[in-house]
Parts: sequence; C-alpha cells; structure tokens
Amino acid sequence: MEYVIEMLNIRKEFPGIIANDNITIQLKKGEIHALLGENGAGKSTLMNVLFGLYQPEKGEIRVNGKKENITSPNKANDLGIGMVHQHFMLVESFTVTQNIVLGKEPRKKTGTIDIDKARKEIQELSDRYGLRVDPDAKISDISVGMQQRVEILKTLYRGAEVLIFDEPTAVLTPQEIKELIEILKSLTREGKSIILITHKLKEIMEVCDTCTIIRKGKGIGTVKVAETNPIELASLMVGREVNFKTEKKVAEPKENVLEIENLYVKDSRKVDLVKGLDLNIRAGEIVGIAGVDGNGQSELIESITGLRKARSGVIKLNNKDITNLSPRKITESGVGHIPEDRHRFGLVLDYSIGENIVLQTYYKKPYSKVKILNYKEIFNKAEQLIKEYDVRTPSVYTKARALSGGNQQKAIIGREVDRSPDLLIAAQPTRGLDVGAIEFIHKKLIEERDKGKAVLLVSFELDEILNVSDRIAVMFDGKVVAIVNPEETNEQELGMLMAGSKVNGMGEANGK
Amino acid sequence: MANKRLITFLIPIISVILGLIAGAIIMLVSGYNPIVGYTALWNGAFGDSYTIGETVRRTTPYILTGLSIAFAFRSGLFNIGAEGQVIVGWLAAIWVGLAVDAPMIIHLPLAILASVAAGALWSFVPGILKAKLGVHEVIVTIMMNYIALFSANEIIRSVLTDGATTTEPISATASLASPWLQSITFYSRMHYGILIALFAAVIMWFIIERTTLGYELKAVGYNKHASKYAGMNVSKNIVLTMVISGGFAGLAGAMEGLGTYGTISVMSGNINIGFDGIAVALLGANNPFAVVFAAFLFGALKEGAGEMPTGAGVPTELVDIIIALIIFFVASSYIIRWALLRFKKGEK
Repeated sequence: MEYVIEMLNIRKEFPGIIANDNITIQLKKGEIHALLGENGAGKSTLMNVLFGLYQPEKGEIRVNGKKENITSPNKANDLGIGMVHQHFMLVESFTVTQNIVLGKEPRKKTGTIDIDKARKEIQELSDRYGLRVDPDAKISDISVGMQQRVEILKTLYRGAEVLIFDEPTAVLTPQEIKELIEILKSLTREGKSIILITHKLKEIMEVCDTCTIIRKGKGIGTVKVAETNPIELASLMVGREVNFKTEKKVAEPKENVLEIENLYVKDSRKVDLVKGLDLNIRAGEIVGIAGVDGNGQSELIESITGLRKARSGVIKLNNKDITNLSPRKITESGVGHIPEDRHRFGLVLDYSIGENIVLQTYYKKPYSKVKILNYKEIFNKAEQLIKEYDVRTPSVYTKARALSGGNQQKAIIGREVDRSPDLLIAAQPTRGLDVGAIEFIHKKLIEERDKGKAVLLVSFELDEILNVSDRIAVMFDGKVVAIVNPEETNEQELGMLMAGSKVNGMGEANGK
Repeated sequence: MANKRLITFLIPIISVILGLIAGAIIMLVSGYNPIVGYTALWNGAFGDSYTIGETVRRTTPYILTGLSIAFAFRSGLFNIGAEGQVIVGWLAAIWVGLAVDAPMIIHLPLAILASVAAGALWSFVPGILKAKLGVHEVIVTIMMNYIALFSANEIIRSVLTDGATTTEPISATASLASPWLQSITFYSRMHYGILIALFAAVIMWFIIERTTLGYELKAVGYNKHASKYAGMNVSKNIVLTMVISGGFAGLAGAMEGLGTYGTISVMSGNINIGFDGIAVALLGANNPFAVVFAAFLFGALKEGAGEMPTGAGVPTELVDIIIALIIFFVASSYIIRWALLRFKKGEK
C-alpha cells in the first residue's frame, strides 16, 4: 500500500507528561483521514511533530516511503506538508494576496515584488479548487470563512500536497461548514491528501475515509469510516459509553422570568441589529435561540446583561424593569451569564482560577470585608467548586490561562450556576469542547431548568439547540421570526427559518 | 514555580551586571580605567556616612515616582506624567509651607497632603479624559508636564516671590528635615521622607494585593472586557488609578520641597525625577518592594556619578550611559530569560 505520510510509533514527552505514546498514523494519497480525540488527548502535539515544531523522542516519520527528519516548519513546507491552523495567522491590514505571498514573494527583475503575477497565480488556484477568494480584499474586511480559505490558499501556494486542518469547523457557521466540506472534497479530487483534526463525529462521518483515534496520548486504533458509526467512535474516543440524546424530563414551565418587548439594540457600528424583538422565558424551561451568526444574537445577550445599551424597548426580569441597568445591578437581580467569548469576557486569564471564581462576588462577604479581600475564603470556595464541577487544574492557584478550554468553561459555569441565578444565559457554551465536556455542560443546564430556573441558550450548533431546548426561538434579521417545538421540527426546517423564509403552518410567528 | 520566581528575581540583577560590564567596556574604549571609575562611583555613593545619607536622600523621591508609575502600569495605564505631578506636588507643599502658620503636628501633614492632592488633581485630568472620551493618557500626561513646568515657574516668579527665582525657605513647622539623621550622616540632607516613601511602598502593596480595589484595578489592567462583564466600573477604575498614581508622584514632590531643599526654584527644564521613575518601575517589575530596591540602585548610581569626574576623571555623562544600558538590558529581559532557560537545559 502506498502512503504519502507515515508516522510510526511516535512518542513525545514534555516535562511531567507523555503527550504522545506510541502513536501510528498512515495517510493514503487522496484520502481524508480524521484524527479524533478529546481536548488534550495529544492530537495537536502529534501534528506539530509532523509539522516540524516538535522533535519526537521515539518513532519515525516517512514521507512518500522515505524516512525524513522534519526539523522545522520550513522543512515540512519543502516536503509538501501544509497546516491550516485553528487560529489564523494573517496580517489584518494586508490584502489576501499580500498575506498569501508573505515570505515567498515573487520578484521582478528589479527586485521589487511582482504582485500582479502573485495575484494571477492566486486567482488560478482559487478557481481551481472553488475557493472563491477575492485576491484584493483586505483581511479585516472578509468573513471568518473566507479567512480560512485564505489560509488554505497559503498552503497550496507553497505547493502543499498534504494539508493538515486543525479543528477547522470550530470557528465556522453551519453554512460555512458546508462550504468547507465541499472544498475538502475538491482538494482530494485534485490529488491532495488531508488530515483533519477534530472531535466532531458528524463531520468525520460526512467527509472522512479513515479515522485514527487517540485517547490520553495513546493510539487507540484506526478504523474505516464506512464500517463504523458515531456511537462506536465516541466510545473509542472517550473510553466509555456516551449518551448522545441528552436525557431530560418534560419541562414544567411556570411564571415568566424574562420578558422582552419590542427591543432595539445597535451594534458597534451604530446600526440596529436587534429590531423590535419580543421574547419571553418561563421558569423551568430552556429556550434555545437558533440563528445564523450576525442576526443580532450577541447584541441581544449583551443588552440583557447590561454590556450594551438598548436603544428602545423593555427588558423585564421577574416583572422588574432591568433595561439599561449596569451589568452589576443586572447580575445582582438574578442573571447568570456564560459569555460567548470565554477568553475575552468570561475570565481574567492572568488571574488564578481561585481569583476567577469570585469574579462576580469578590466584593461580597465572605470573600471580602470592608473592602479587604479574604483569600482563605476565596480559595476555599474555589476548592469546593473545582471539585463539584470537575475542573481539572493542578491547583486553585494555577493561572486560568494554563487550563484547557473545557476546564476553563467548567470553571465559568461553576461560578455562574453557583450563584443560583433565576435566569441563566449560556452563549455558545460548548464551542470548541469535546463530547465529554459537552455532555457535562448540557447536564448542568438541564439541572438548572429542573430546579425551576429559566435558561436562555444561544448556539450555532443546531444539534445542541434541538437536543437541549424546550422551545426554540428562531432569530433572523434582529427579530424572533418563529417559535418552534424541538419535538416537531428538524434541521432542514430550522435552516430555512434561519435563512428568513416563511414556513407555512409552522409555529407561531412572534415577530412584528 | 520556584524556578520561575528565581528567574524573575535574577533578571534585574543580571541586567545591572551586564550594564556595568558594558559601561566598563565603554570606559576602556574611551581611555579611562574602569576599576578606578567604578571605585569612584562606589565611594561617591557609599564612601562615607555623608554620601550614604545623600544616596538615601536621592533614593526617596525615586521610590515614590517608581511606585506611581508601577501602580498605573498594574492597571494597564502608562502615567508618563509623573514628572508634572512631582512639580505640582512640590509647588503645593512649598506654598502650604510658606502660607500657613500652624504647629508642626498640623502644618507638616497639611503640606504633605497638599502635595498628594496636587499630584492627584494633575493626574485626574488625563484620567477623566481617558475614561470618558478615550483620549490616550500618554499624550495628555506629556502635555500636562509642560503645563505644570511653566505654570509652576510663573507662580514662583509672580505669586510666591516678587520676581525672584527661588522662594523663601519654608517655616520649620512644615519641614521634613531631621537634625538627628543629618548629624549621623555628617550633615547630609537626608530627611524623614525616606520613612514616608517606605510606608508608601507598603500601602501600594496592600492596595494592589489585599483590597477589592486592587483586585478591580488589576482585573481592568489584564482584561477590560471581563472586568466590564463582572460589573466593575471600568471608567471609575481608570480615573481612580490615575488619581492614586498621581498622588504618589505628588508626594515625591513633597520629599524634595519639604525634605531636601525647603524651597522651590524656577526650573529651566525637566527635573527628570518623574521620567526616571519609569525606569525604576520597569527595573522593579512593578512590584512595590522591588521598586524600593530599584530606586535605591538609581539613587546610588546618580549620587556616585558625582564623584566620577573628580575621583577618576570620568565624565558624568558616562553614568547616564551606564544607567541607559541597564534599562536596555532590563527591557530586553526576554533574551536573558531565554539564555537562563537554555543554560538550565544544558545542565540537565
């Protein structure tokens, strides 16, 4: 059998941990090979070994059957290996063309950069693989999906035959994911080989040919995707049975907790993004908001939580008007908020986990008295919460920055839920997390509901919305355009509603 | 963890040593004997009780401007206006020292408070402009430095005196001078201000590490968005940080006015106590206690420099070069950190 890349019995150690222990992965020409594993299982380490960023302690790498010692990313590039990173490495103020040629600029005879030649070449590559990239657009002006395609072009421009994608769908909307999948397929049709790092089983089932699973740094095995199913893959990845369908009782909603009437909110460019929205959430129910990114979801949440001013309209919590109060007043009147961007809003990354646990309560007894902090109480509380919420951290004194995404998110959820708010807002609570953590977070949201709290869930993952919500509010163009029952709908219908088309005889339109 | 702390501790020390080595090379190249030069520097700073007293005297305002800038840094603000805040603090202290007639127990604290209030007021302006209008504090504070300098000169000439360049000495009831400290240091100008400066370091440590205010200020410095999310009033914290920072710098002015000179004179240009505070804060890694040591190092270098021309024929400019080199090595601490880690790896 002909393999383009073989990584045989790779072992990579870091002080104190073995990140990769005897892992083998063999990539055939023209296939899409998934590398599946939980957060922290060692997927990225393995790929960084292949990309020349780390040197393995043991094992060998063969490229087209020939043993190679990949000492640097440049060497990897020379061998035709390209990597599309999860966090894009683009210069915002440069054009697409300038970014792609950066470091490998074609020169005119005079020594100046031949940008016309580069543009032509990029246009050709873009057309050939259906990437639809405008070579003259500025990076800061284009969507995340297009930025990713620029990253793909960057590797192709450098002559990559093997492309590594590090969790490429984590930052994309469902529509963009569909487009990416088409691109992956067209790349393999042109003879490229692809390694896809992911923990999303659906994607693997959809595009991959083969799947190598690693768990806690160890290679578990390689399976043909056609011969397996998501349940088997999940249990191989986690090492135990995983529940896909979140278990929950029927909701017993009671009185209204949150009432929003005719809300208008401007975004940072001073354009109305929420345009006359009405919504109510009752105690004991989870309302999921489905919508394509940019239809006013973020602005809605920011206005409920006081981070952004509402232009007009009323937001009531337990029948009390909380419109445009300060974030602290809103928090104190009973709102918990798991923010969309946990690094920007949810945590002070340079503070310890303990200090982050009291981010919303540090000024209250017992954490401080007469404005003087009581660190003993703070760290005691932190100890209690990291146990309760299974936050895996070396200690409560560890900086939040050092924790994995899943553990950071669990700490935030612990902090917000522990205050027992009447309304819990969870924005993209499972973005970028693995199945184990997702399961845990869904369970916690449902527990809160069962305690009689109101939960507002905003997510781009339709699976999540369908699975967890008791009612689904579809947002389009700043309004709730439909309220649907998750038992009576499906992804197709939701997708159409999210795109703004009316579906006859479905739900009751709530917008104006 | 312990290793990391050790490295943080080692970096300024190695920077200083490298700066001194580089200074020695420059002396050699310029035809001076570095051993003679450094001996003169040492003698100038610690040679006898008088020079030690003067070194401490010089250190005192450096501690306070260092704390001022470090405090603002901890909250993510760059108070480049310590210079102007020192001047207004100095002026206010002298004014109260001259104008008020009261027993020492009232007069001295009043003069000190006046300096703190003046510095705080001077930094309140950039603080409020930053908080409400988003004007960058560096630009405003630089401009406020000039306003402070020229207004102070004008006030000295036309309000505090009748066209003279130096005021009358303040009354003894407002003075920080200590006959006892002077007598044990062979009549240097060392004064009680050093105790105030050391106490200020403790105060800063307490505010930053132990109070909810410090918790908020650091949080705002690390991550403005998360602070807003947590219900902290970011604008209020920006203003408060600048005001406290300016208060420390104003107090440094009182050290000069009430302690060292007892007067204020028309200034031809920058007095540099505020600007040197930036270097002190940097060398002290914004830690209040390390700032004290950094200020002491600066005080010693500046004081010892006076001896180098007479003792070794080395020009004082060279001392400024050495100080600049030390800052350079601190600023490039990344290189030293890298080298240390490399070295440790090699040992293993």
